[in-house]
Amino acid sequence: MTLLLAILALVCLVPAVAAVLVRNLIHSALLFVLAWLGLAAFYLAVGAEFIAFAHALVYVGGVSMVVLFAVLLTRPGRESALPAPSAQRALGGLVAVSLVASMLGSSIFWTRLPSVEPTPPVPLRRLGELLAGPYLVALLLVGLILTVALIGGLLLAAPRRPSEGGDA
Amino acid sequence: MSPLHLCLALSAALFCTGLVAVLVRGNAILVLLGVELMLNAANLNFIAFWRFGPGGGEAGLVFVLFSIAVAAAEAAVGMALVIAVHRHLRTIRVAAANRLKG
Repeated sequence: MTLLLAILALVCLVPAVAAVLVRNLIHSALLFVLAWLGLAAFYLAVGAEFIAFAHALVYVGGVSMVVLFAVLLTRPGRESALPAPSAQRALGGLVAVSLVASMLGSSIFWTRLPSVEPTPPVPLRRLGELLAGPYLVALLLVGLILTVALIGGLLLAAPRRPSEGGDA
Repeated sequence: MSPLHLCLALSAALFCTGLVAVLVRGNAILVLLGVELMLNAANLNFIAFWRFGPGGGEAGLVFVLFSIAVAAAEAAVGMALVIAVHRHLRTIRVAAANRLKG
């Protein structure tokens, strides 16, 4: 169990790190897709099947398409490679990240976590009953948020005066 | 190493990777992808404590569902903002977008 999880963690983590490090933005977006697929497989191995498939659908199917469209629409003219980050910015960022990483790592590994039996997986029917029962208001609110966000995104991304066809 | 520790370590590593993308890379799309990665790390923590933590209950699973939905909305609005910034400034470097005036 732990070995499988460790392998899947590597499958998820290696593309994520590579995606942050590569220069080409399209390669980066595709590597993020691999990382999300790895995370979906990790969820599947942990026992959260519905979450795994929802994650794969939303991220690999939806968010990655939005990202690829944004990359293609905002392409700089000739060079597709990004300029390298300035040394000062990189140094500051790396110092901040290493501080956060050491804090997280030490707090995780020095905490004695209770070892209990894993919770049995929740059947899909029970999840549906939860969503339609105690969490119904939250579900409706999430639908409202998604609708408002999509309409807002359209308004933001559309040209200012579509009738004249000119960009603002 | 228990599975709970492994999940938490993966989550911390993913969070730090996303933080590198946000802090070091100056590209707006990569910043948004880094935020998505950090949200994924938070989701992984919910799953880990639902499955391997004490207490049981199904609230962790339901939380992750809602979190995924909100992350999708955030991605859509973020990419619309990136496109709007690109139309105004002809660049998607975050450092270039430093004025509120359109």
